[in-house]
Amino acid sequence: MSNRATPDAATQLEIYRRMALIKANDERSRKVIMNGRLVMPYYSPRGQEVIPSAISVNLTDEDYICTIYRGSHDQLAKGLPLKDLWAEVAGRTTGTCKGKGGPMHVTYPAKGIMVTTGIVGSTMPIANGLAWGSQLRGDGRVTVASFGDGAANIGAFHESLNLAAVWKLPVIFVCQNNEWGEHTAYDKTSNVKVADRAAAYGMPGVRVDGNDPFEMYAVAQEAIARARAGEGPTLIEAMTYRFFGHVFGDADAYMDKARKADAMANDPVPRFRAQLIETGIATEEQLAEMEAAIEKEIDEAVEFALASDFPVVEELKRDVFAEEMA
Amino acid sequence: MNAETPMAPANIVKAAKANILQGINAAIADAMEEDENVIALGEDLADPEEGGVCGVTKGLSSRFGEHRVRSTPISEQAIIGAAIGASLVGFKPIAEIMLMNFTTVAMDMIVNHAAKLRFMSGGQTHVPIVIRTMTGTGFASGGQHCDYLEAWFAHTAGIKVVAPSSPKDAYGLMRSAIDDPDPVLFIENLPTYWSPAEAPEKGHRVPIGKANVLSEGSDVTIIAYARMIQEAMPAVAKLKEAGISAELIDLRTIAPWDRETVVKSVARTGRAIIVHEAVTPFGAGAEIAAVLNEELFGRLKAPVRRLGGAFCPVPFSKPLETAFAPQTADIVAAAEALVKS
Repeated sequence: MSNRATPDAATQLEIYRRMALIKANDERSRKVIMNGRLVMPYYSPRGQEVIPSAISVNLTDEDYICTIYRGSHDQLAKGLPLKDLWAEVAGRTTGTCKGKGGPMHVTYPAKGIMVTTGIVGSTMPIANGLAWGSQLRGDGRVTVASFGDGAANIGAFHESLNLAAVWKLPVIFVCQNNEWGEHTAYDKTSNVKVADRAAAYGMPGVRVDGNDPFEMYAVAQEAIARARAGEGPTLIEAMTYRFFGHVFGDADAYMDKARKADAMANDPVPRFRAQLIETGIATEEQLAEMEAAIEKEIDEAVEFALASDFPVVEELKRDVFAEEMA
Repeated sequence: MNAETPMAPANIVKAAKANILQGINAAIADAMEEDENVIALGEDLADPEEGGVCGVTKGLSSRFGEHRVRSTPISEQAIIGAAIGASLVGFKPIAEIMLMNFTTVAMDMIVNHAAKLRFMSGGQTHVPIVIRTMTGTGFASGGQHCDYLEAWFAHTAGIKVVAPSSPKDAYGLMRSAIDDPDPVLFIENLPTYWSPAEAPEKGHRVPIGKANVLSEGSDVTIIAYARMIQEAMPAVAKLKEAGISAELIDLRTIAPWDRETVVKSVARTGRAIIVHEAVTPFGAGAEIAAVLNEELFGRLKAPVRRLGGAFCPVPFSKPLETAFAPQTADIVAAAEALVKS
């Protein structure tokens, strides 16, 4: 691990900015729902901020991602504008998908956010196709498929990893192992590490501390470089912890309280923040300023969303097919 | 192409006769020749694997390369997923799911993703894929290899469903399906792959959603598709001998079906029989009958009839398999009963 790349100062700051954005956006989302200003199914990514932040600084807008219902962290890290996100989750016509997708189907091709799915395990088969397209064109793009530990037990995981390995596709499978598949702990659903399954497909499998920005950055960089070089896919198992229940409103009684308290005490966001100050990468003032700017941007996004129009009923007939339905 | 490749599309389209299998092959070949974004994938698809279990794609990988015509593992979710992903970035993939019963393994990809991504993304992305799949009774393959499941897909908003019954329509519908900006399920009937008929012309298109009136008549309208056309054609002749003038409509597209042609015909004849190999309950015939009742109530001379497969799994034993699907005699009897009622 010691010979692995360390992000430079600017990259460290950028990783933190994305983490802070995800954390602040999550806090605001829960607040807005609690206040009754918005009704939506909400799957908090709190606790998993490092993974997409440290991966996405290695990607360009041209690279693709596929993510899942718990995906606002992946989307924001990839550059989804806050206004577009908030308007979409509020079901407004100004949203990324004109309010027709909602939080589980946020799509934003301008930043390579190609699919957000509400079906466990379904990012992987589609990510292969995006990567096949890149392979056919030789455009050097890579595709990142995000999924949770629960998705490692669905058939699509096996089919997709096998095909990607056989076809040497430029795809990176990122399992965000937050220890929970809905209400069931990972160790109750599998006898092996997710990363160890990679061997069965003849691809590298790496288990990494997904809450450590440097480790996550280095592992992602290696996998992305392999993919870009035409050397095929990598399975990354990024270990993390889901701070809250499966979906907003879930009382999370099934989660061990001590384990959860421990994870929260090791919150990766303030931890990295302190590290940046300690190592002289940033000052307290700098970071406070950055966080204030994020809060202001979220304020504006929420107000923009809630002031936007709902889609007209005619939208039911549009986008089903290319031609509007009669 | 040299003379040693009998499946060469140039040879096919010049020939007076062709079969459905050749029509499909020629359509894919012509589309691939015209557009490098047309690609194909599926089990056994490439030439080292014999160009598909029935040889529908024979010659294509040799001509266009195995990077564009790829054999896959037996992984239906991965096949449709790869097709969807490539289509999101400008490719026009043709994915083969060998048998229609195997679409069950890929239903999440087809129904939750291919059919819905355009709508759920607010039109930012779309999925121009063709899913080829074969099926049909007649080969004694039993309960898991012969089902007609078109109603499931026709019931899903966002996917089109076609089922050609002739080489010309197979070619023309395949070209239209590849051109189409949305997902199209292309149903091939296995037992009639090799039936020869008039050959297609290169570049011919059959519009999706347009039925074909195969024979005009005034007493009763028979609406059918796929192999049922081969049962209905002789029925029309037999009915004529009995003094009954039957109109036969080949639906060709099941979703969206040609309401205009069908309703107009039944408005004239006052009687309708819908014939399909899929089981009768909740089938395409039920939808068509419902629309005919909505549009023509009071003008119908008799209740709309449905003839479909028996409501049981497709049986193996030959007499049972033969009895499972509607036959010419069933169509004749149903038409006679309607006209006499």
